[in-house]
Amino acid sequence: MRHPKIIVVGGGLAGLMATIRVAEHGVRAELFSIVPVKRSHSVCAQGGINAAKNLKGEGDSTWKHFDDTIYGGDFLANQPLVKGMCEAAPAIIDLLDRMGVMFNRTPEGLLDFRRFGGTLYHRTAFAGATTGQQLLYALDEQVRRAESEDKVKKFEGWTFLSAVIDDQGISRGISAMNLKTMEIKTFPADAVIFATGGNGAIFGRSTNSVVCTGSAQSALFQQGVWYANGEFIQVHPTAIPGEDKCRLMSESARGEGGRVWVPKQPGDKRGGKDIPESERFYFLEEWYPKYGNLVPRDVATRAIHKVVFEMKMGLPGEPAVYLDVSHIPADVLDKKLEGILEIYEKFVGVDPRKEPMKVFPAMHYTMGGLWVDNENQATNVPGIYAAGECEYQYHGANRLGANSLVSCIYGGMLAGPAAVRYAHNLEQGVENTPASVFERERVRQQDINDALLNQHQGTENPIAIWREMGDVMTENVTVIRYNANLQKTLVKLDELGDRFRRINLQDRTQWANQTLNFVRELGNMLVLAKVITLGALARNETRGAHYKPEFPNRDDANWLKTTKASFVRGEIKLDFEPVDTSLLPLRERKYTATK
Amino acid sequence: MADTQAGSTFIVRIKRQQRPDEAVRWEEYELRYRPHMNVIQCLRDIAEKPYTREGKESTPVSYDANCLEEVCGACAMLINGEPRQACSALVDNLAKPIRLEPLTKFPLVRDLVVDRDFMFESLKRTKCWIPIDGTYALGEGPRMSPAIQEVGYPLSRCITCGNCLEICPRVNEHSHFVGAAIVSQVRLFNLHPTGAMHAAGRLEALMGPGGIEDCDNAQNCVKICPKGIPLTESLAAVNGQVIVHAIKNWFQGHD
Repeated sequence: MRHPKIIVVGGGLAGLMATIRVAEHGVRAELFSIVPVKRSHSVCAQGGINAAKNLKGEGDSTWKHFDDTIYGGDFLANQPLVKGMCEAAPAIIDLLDRMGVMFNRTPEGLLDFRRFGGTLYHRTAFAGATTGQQLLYALDEQVRRAESEDKVKKFEGWTFLSAVIDDQGISRGISAMNLKTMEIKTFPADAVIFATGGNGAIFGRSTNSVVCTGSAQSALFQQGVWYANGEFIQVHPTAIPGEDKCRLMSESARGEGGRVWVPKQPGDKRGGKDIPESERFYFLEEWYPKYGNLVPRDVATRAIHKVVFEMKMGLPGEPAVYLDVSHIPADVLDKKLEGILEIYEKFVGVDPRKEPMKVFPAMHYTMGGLWVDNENQATNVPGIYAAGECEYQYHGANRLGANSLVSCIYGGMLAGPAAVRYAHNLEQGVENTPASVFERERVRQQDINDALLNQHQGTENPIAIWREMGDVMTENVTVIRYNANLQKTLVKLDELGDRFRRINLQDRTQWANQTLNFVRELGNMLVLAKVITLGALARNETRGAHYKPEFPNRDDANWLKTTKASFVRGEIKLDFEPVDTSLLPLRERKYTATK
Repeated sequence: MADTQAGSTFIVRIKRQQRPDEAVRWEEYELRYRPHMNVIQCLRDIAEKPYTREGKESTPVSYDANCLEEVCGACAMLINGEPRQACSALVDNLAKPIRLEPLTKFPLVRDLVVDRDFMFESLKRTKCWIPIDGTYALGEGPRMSPAIQEVGYPLSRCITCGNCLEICPRVNEHSHFVGAAIVSQVRLFNLHPTGAMHAAGRLEALMGPGGIEDCDNAQNCVKICPKGIPLTESLAAVNGQVIVHAIKNWFQGHD
């Protein structure tokens, strides 16, 4: 029997789970990651992970979790996989618990659950306010164990450059660059699973980590992998604005009773804690009495925009509102929210146990991503799989809080065995692929590096281009979208693309040259930015996170469909395909009342 | 501070080294102050305009960074001589000129980048994981009292930054002490109901050279830990476990 080879790119929750599953199926996995996998962006997830374990006597069920997720995503998600995820979630929590995650406990020693946005049930298991960190570490430890048993080989400090695709259009492995030596090598594999996360860097400042550039997804897109629903970008309502990044203040703050408000008197100069209760405007509680502060993120974000920009009732001197947990007893805060309160304290210098926090929405998550099928996490290119934030299933037009961790792990659980099955069933394994297929890809990638390193006439700075791209994308392609502004954004992106061709690398060394790597990522980001913007321009409706004041309603007759972008002879082409709504009937999404 | 008003400038001095085998040089950059700036923003400003204070063209500084909210552990470096995370080092709170150097207890890669593989290898050697039977559905995990969770959770927040190794006098060219972070992880896995079944293997990995005996109780680690992990408690607890384990071994060896 032949021994198939499987590569996993990306070491966050989805990639680690896929790796564990591949190893468990007796196939040796090679795991590639830019950073040591323990430093992957999943570490930033704070609030928790959803599973309808119904441990609070509320009558919760996996069907209700499914319904909340589809409704929260404004019916754009294909339903069968979402149902599968919600049904698998309780067992996923049990698995994580068995792996030793330090989830918060009830007095009886059971898992504790809290509320999150877009649901009326206590459905979110949590480990303080650093749940993503705890889950990442648990999976990292399992992979380290597999590594010690020689079932996994890690390539940390390597960045993915491209897929190696043979003349039949079948993926046969990857090319990657060592970030220390800058050496480019190809690695053969029967199947490759991508778990390369989000694309926050396209928006400049977001809540994402530095590595979340979307570069791998864009590289694959340019090689023929479809990209779906790119226009659906989640803007989180509560983050600390910052120049280097926006730091997330988890929805769990509201899940534990935190309240969002502004002074009733615009321009009120008093400090937050000095403003009496009767002079505070709790706008979410007033506008959405049933869900209150726990409306879904797109709803809360638009409400904050309305208060700040339309009603001019933001905090004096800066676009911000209060997120207030100061009424909650300090010992409760320390047990359940310490991780995020510490971030606020360290980066702002104010103790949120005593004073309300100043927050504002920030780009947070992409619902869109690589197109994968409705069963196996398989992309349209044979041998290429995707799981986690980098693919588009599970969240439709808006993701519910605490559903990302479960979708990452579920996607990884499916992708691993699916890739193994595919590899076993291949008629011609990668061992029969001619060496020339790998060599031509290596040369193509080396030529890109050489061209960048040898261009001495360049005048453009990569950081400056990145900043301008981030500014225009944040301004025009996040919370509120107007077609005229989207058109202008496309013009700006083309201008930046021209300037990119005149880039000055400033560092031409061949050792740990971070600029070279960043410039390659930037080139890919510019392409993906265009995919996102074109999708937003085309979709003339309002659905979930995609809000167009010129088209203020959901339009199921024309737009109940998945956007599918492909790259044809250097041009981005949009197609549309139907959404699988076979399980739940469509209904209006409205959080002012119970659904 | 008077030197950091909006519109003013300040100086950052950086220890540069292109490769491990090349000469060290110090460079100074003059940066424009903005409120809430951190050291990461300083390094990005330099990347956008890599010209030293004297106007000499240089290269962007190589450094590790990822989450920028002090939870991934990547951006540890010496800032004004103290090992800490660059993201949470706010310009407002730092004496000027700000001095940046790489950690010294790990092999240098370039500029401010070092190789902390030693820590991940140590986690492997000390078997810091729960050996589950498989990922298939095997029902719920063991029950755990909130009291145990409240001890374990703070330990599980270790970000493997390496600051506790950097500050430890026993991590040096002559000793390969695994460091407080790893010992604290052993404590974490040994207190978990399933992990406790395999405590012996972890304790044995901490006996002998580089193990717990190398700790000389300087207690610098607990003061420097950015996550406030009670590292000295962990060192004491694991030291106790190792002694008990050694005595048991001795008796079993003399049956």
